[in-house]
Amino acid sequence: MSQHDFLRQAESGHNLGQQTPLLTRWHIDPWLISLLLLLTGCGLFVLYSASDRNLSMVIRQAVYLGISFVVMIGIAQLSPRFLSRCSPWLYAAGVLMLVAVLVVGDGAKGAQRWLAFGSFRFQPSEVLKLVMPVVISAWVSRQVLPPGVKAVVVTLILIAMPVALIAKQPDLGTSLLVGASGVFVLLLAGLRKRVIFSAALAAIPALWVLWNYLMKAYQKQRVLTFLNPESDPWGSGWNIIQSKIAIGSGGVYGKGWLLGTQSHLDFLPESHTDFILAVLAEEFGLAGVLVLLTIYAFIIGRGVFIAMNAQTVFGRLLAGSITLTFFVYLFVNIGMVSGILPVVGVPLPLVSRGGTSLVTLMAGFGMLMSVHTHRNLLARG
Amino acid sequence: MKNNKNTDVRKKKTGMAPYMGRLYLIFAVFAFAVSIIGWKLSDLQVVNNERLQGEGDKRQVRYETVAAHRGIILDRNGRPLAVSTPMMAIWANPKEMLGKNLKPDEDVPVIDWHGLGRQLGIKPEDVRQKVHSYSSKGFIYLRRQMTPAKAAAVLDLDVPGVYSREESKRYYPAGEVTTHLVGFTNLDEKGQEGLELAYDEWLDGKEGERRIIKDRRNRLVKEAETISGAEPGKELMLSIDLRLQYLAYRELKQAVQQHGARSGSLVMVDVKTGEILALVNSPSFNPNNRKSIKPETLRNRAVTDIFEPGSVIKPFTIAAALESGRYTPGTVIETSPGVMRVGRNYVRDVRNYGRIDLTTVLTKSSNVGVSRIALDLGPGSLLEMFERIGLGATTGSGIPGEQTGGLPLMRERWSKIETATLAFGYGLSVTPLQLAQAYTVLAADGIYRPLTPLKRDVVPQGVRVMSSSVVDQVTEMTTRVVTQGTGRRAKIPSYSVAGKTGTVKKVGQQGYLDNRYVASFAGFAPVKDPRIVTVVILDDVGGKNYYGGVVAAPVFSKVTGGALRILGVKPDEVAQGSQRNIVAKNIVAKNNVTVPNGKG
Repeated sequence: MSQHDFLRQAESGHNLGQQTPLLTRWHIDPWLISLLLLLTGCGLFVLYSASDRNLSMVIRQAVYLGISFVVMIGIAQLSPRFLSRCSPWLYAAGVLMLVAVLVVGDGAKGAQRWLAFGSFRFQPSEVLKLVMPVVISAWVSRQVLPPGVKAVVVTLILIAMPVALIAKQPDLGTSLLVGASGVFVLLLAGLRKRVIFSAALAAIPALWVLWNYLMKAYQKQRVLTFLNPESDPWGSGWNIIQSKIAIGSGGVYGKGWLLGTQSHLDFLPESHTDFILAVLAEEFGLAGVLVLLTIYAFIIGRGVFIAMNAQTVFGRLLAGSITLTFFVYLFVNIGMVSGILPVVGVPLPLVSRGGTSLVTLMAGFGMLMSVHTHRNLLARG
Repeated sequence: MKNNKNTDVRKKKTGMAPYMGRLYLIFAVFAFAVSIIGWKLSDLQVVNNERLQGEGDKRQVRYETVAAHRGIILDRNGRPLAVSTPMMAIWANPKEMLGKNLKPDEDVPVIDWHGLGRQLGIKPEDVRQKVHSYSSKGFIYLRRQMTPAKAAAVLDLDVPGVYSREESKRYYPAGEVTTHLVGFTNLDEKGQEGLELAYDEWLDGKEGERRIIKDRRNRLVKEAETISGAEPGKELMLSIDLRLQYLAYRELKQAVQQHGARSGSLVMVDVKTGEILALVNSPSFNPNNRKSIKPETLRNRAVTDIFEPGSVIKPFTIAAALESGRYTPGTVIETSPGVMRVGRNYVRDVRNYGRIDLTTVLTKSSNVGVSRIALDLGPGSLLEMFERIGLGATTGSGIPGEQTGGLPLMRERWSKIETATLAFGYGLSVTPLQLAQAYTVLAADGIYRPLTPLKRDVVPQGVRVMSSSVVDQVTEMTTRVVTQGTGRRAKIPSYSVAGKTGTVKKVGQQGYLDNRYVASFAGFAPVKDPRIVTVVILDDVGGKNYYGGVVAAPVFSKVTGGALRILGVKPDEVAQGSQRNIVAKNIVAKNNVTVPNGKG
């Protein structure tokens, strides 16, 4: 660490002998951390209302937030080079854990998603959300760019293995998101247009296979319900209908904090997890949603900026993939809450209740910070 | 950092151009996604705001009625006769109890049938079956009219889908004593019988409405606002004096039991106002416990049962005679030999009274005497008199179920026996209340005022239907009925009494029955300034003593005497205690009638 500091000071000359700013020393991006603090702070307020004034739930969430910020800063200390070098091991460990889940995993509601070590339980699929961009970025960055057909095929196989394992749990939503984070790397790496087009063409039979052979009945039900929620208002259409009512009844300025009826009267399901945006929309209206989306836009914008300014291909691909994946989370959640997309169980990133996804996402932002703040050092490497 | 552009550890070539292309593609995707979200949100929150707000309200806002208290019924002195006490009804939502309409993540609730049944006081298995048999319903009553404490014990079990609702129970403090007049309500506090029915609208409160917010499980979250306040029902003050009512009921019940009567009725009227002071029937029932009510006890016989009045009608026959101007109280009439042939029938007296004046005809209750008068006057003047005093028409009391009785229609040809029997109270039918009405006219100096069961603030002027002089003469003659005739047992110490007895054979399937009688006494007191009219009817008196003078007159005496003292009416006679004891011994008063073939 002291060596890093020394090198950095030596390079920037003019602040020689001065104390380096704390944020720089700890590889923290001031923009990103401010935006994240702002977003998660707002999130706690919404959660307090969505949980029906359950203060202990909010405190628990705050504790998770604290942990996840520590994790983020911790990850920011790891240099991109280190991450890149670790990636084969990360990949192997990730796949092993997924296999373990299928063999000895804990289940709930018909799905095996958890690994238990004593009282500590965690979801390996969440870890894969991080591992996948790192591994694929590392792999692709070692290829000639833009990647050739062979490289693409190998990459797709690398992506497909964990995706298939997660889909088998079954956890379609997560597997698609994990897969997407890998594919984004490929896209960013500069796939040729004809590859993209042929992939798009291949997607049609793939979807057919997916629908007829891979999707479980409940997953098909979700899609069917999405297409016509009123067909089953008491059953699977309930969530979408109630959510739309909540959002719509908020109007432009909302009903006011803690005054949303849909969530407080227990009509809105999953109000503190997947559907927390509906609570926000009902209580703060369109205006509140737009403020929230603006914060998200700044975060994503910062992510894109970091990706654009990354010094290495690995850094650029990693940052780009993480940012894009974050955007996809956001879009899928808002889409499903507002009825644009089927309900796939994706929480609103950084706002919904839940420790695992918080830690995963923040770790991702830690990588962004790492990519952005380790540049000088790498230049010397 | 700008200097280090494109520096890579591995020195791989990275074309900036395709990279920027990707970037634009990504921005395009971002813009597309954001615009979709923006379109969708503004569609929901701006375009469809009102519709979706309405959808939300449909699910959350309920309009609930606010119970209004039913008006209290009071006696004339403000004693409660019918009051409403708060009660709770326990109801269930079977759909919720059985786990219909659950959200996907909810489990079917576990119901403690045993505890529920125990607290409800119903067999757990019965509760379970009831809920299951209405499994598609959203509302069934489990138990109504529970005391708030017991209902709270049920709610404390916290059984999902079990709720309470406020209601009230009607309680009748005077129970069986006032029930025929006051009536009763059903579980929903709607009048079913008696004045509860007649004045249902007056007593019934107007339910209010309030807007409340309920959550998905139908739990009350908050009271939002009152749309319209509940208006409690208005109170109803009756003309009944509960003290007199108790007295009348006690005496009547005792007489009914003592004489083996099937039933009895008593009506007491305030002469000055036409208000009904007491109206009782026996047998009665307890309206507060309706599980074991016998149907025959339900009837308010004083207004629903009609009977042939018999001799109690004679004062009005005499009045018609006096009015004709052809008779005076001293006019002598030949009644020998105590039996008179009318066409193919015979009218009989108990014994041969010989030549007697008009007063004696009434005091001895001579059927032959009044028959001669009736044949002399013709049926028209009798019927006209009966109509004037209110027979054959309702009293206008407004008591539900009141019968009008019946007078024979006036027509060209009357058989002699029909005319004769009309004079002594056969061939027409009246209710006890109508009889009280008729005697009230006599007691009120010939003024007709409609009777009422409600307390009167303004006494109606009334209509004169008999001349003062005729009334005075009839009053004098009916006073003698009590002092020396058939009604001696109706005497009241310290008060002068005027009245008339009646004993009527009951009509059976085959005509008049030989050993079943309706015994009656109608009269008023004190004679000089009449205050109270009382009519006592004992129906279907069996046994040895069946005469109105023996069976009904003592009830009149006790009830009217007691009432006069309770009301503090000034005595108009010096108490003659010694005389009272003599009276009881030997009853001479008898009136009887035999109507063979023609009616039998």
